[in-house]
Amino acid sequence: MNFNATLFGQLLAFVFFVWFTMQYVWPYILEALEEREKEISDGLEAASRGKRELDEANQRKAEILEEAKKEAADLVNQANARASQLVEDAKATAHEEAERIKVSAQSDLEQAAKRTKEELRSEVAALAVAGAEKILGSEIDKDRNAQIIDQIAEEL
Amino acid sequence: MASKELNSTDYIEHHLTNLTYGKCPDGTWSFAEVHGKSQVAGTEASCNISEMGFWAFQVDTLFMSVLLGMGMIFFMRRVAKNASSSKPGRIQNAVEYLVTLVRDQVQDNFTADKNPLMGPLALTIFVWVFLMNLMDLIPIDLVPWIANGFTAPNADGGAIHYFKVLPVADINAPMGMALGVLILIHYYSIKNKGLGGFLAELTFQPYGKWMAPINVIFEIPGFYAKQLALGLRLYGNLFAGEMIFILIALFFGGFFSSITGVLAGVAGLALNFIWAVFHILVVILQAFLFMVLTLVYLQQAHEHH
Repeated sequence: MNFNATLFGQLLAFVFFVWFTMQYVWPYILEALEEREKEISDGLEAASRGKRELDEANQRKAEILEEAKKEAADLVNQANARASQLVEDAKATAHEEAERIKVSAQSDLEQAAKRTKEELRSEVAALAVAGAEKILGSEIDKDRNAQIIDQIAEEL
Repeated sequence: MASKELNSTDYIEHHLTNLTYGKCPDGTWSFAEVHGKSQVAGTEASCNISEMGFWAFQVDTLFMSVLLGMGMIFFMRRVAKNASSSKPGRIQNAVEYLVTLVRDQVQDNFTADKNPLMGPLALTIFVWVFLMNLMDLIPIDLVPWIANGFTAPNADGGAIHYFKVLPVADINAPMGMALGVLILIHYYSIKNKGLGGFLAELTFQPYGKWMAPINVIFEIPGFYAKQLALGLRLYGNLFAGEMIFILIALFFGGFFSSITGVLAGVAGLALNFIWAVFHILVVILQAFLFMVLTLVYLQQAHEHH
């Protein structure tokens, strides 16, 4: 344990190393370090902001979805109501139409029957006259007997 | 073999002797003479270490500490030059961990206005002292053996007969650093408080200005003791650790001579391992302490009471 000039040699070396570290080492490493710390904290902040935005978006999405579902349900209900209305209407129209067709067909039928009757009647009258002519063997004076024939035809 | 006691003493003494280059009383510079021969083979030694007095350099201490310091700054400089914030490599990560640790210590202990010297100072102290302390874990005979041209450290044929690898076990190294801290403490004390304020702090406390003489008796020794203790603590711890390693190394002396020698050697191995493991703690702790205490003392130099 003897003090000597080594003490000052060591002191000089110490001063030099501290100076060197201060000049060429510490600032650079610290700069990189602080830059990274900033990047990380910025990144974390961005991440939490993104998460918050995502949450909000999710919430909005759920709301929109809920609304859309309700709207769709309403639409479906309306459509259903409308459809049944249409069916009802169509039924009624068809009913009416059928009734109308029935009625006109009936009247057609009646007319046809009437016309047939008329035809039959006149034919029968002609037949009757022809028959009577044959029976009587002589020509009946149509004009004279027209009244009778009409009478017969009327009775048929 | 006849004087085993003497051998042990020689061995210990050999390990405690620095390679010294200095100015002899006759005015010549040379390596020191120990036990009648020069410390370095092929050189003329004109006096022994104690005759050299102040003008002597412990070559091994300076060599090892400067070598380690150079390694430190080149390594750190390489990392600093390539430091990138986005893609740190493994080495950069390690250095950044260290820098963060030091920076946190600076921020915790140094609450005064930001002083750009504190970070680099603390980092340098921590890493440099750590590296110097680490030399204690190198097997104690290895480096002297290499220095002496791969022969037993004291063998005549070798090159450098004395070489202490642990710079902090030489009082000059830790005290040189502590001296630097002492100068900084005085510089900042006077800069921040003025010469009057600095002296007032030493004379008017704790009992007020009418008790100035008593205050001085209390304050001056306390003020300087803590700064001396900064270096002495490091020296003491590492010197003691080195001493234990030397004593443990004595166990290996008779390894090839007898069965008890073998047993002693095995015990020595176990002891050496245990002490080395324990010493890892001391190595880091002392480096850390030196750094933290430096910061604390410099903080006190910035503070107004």
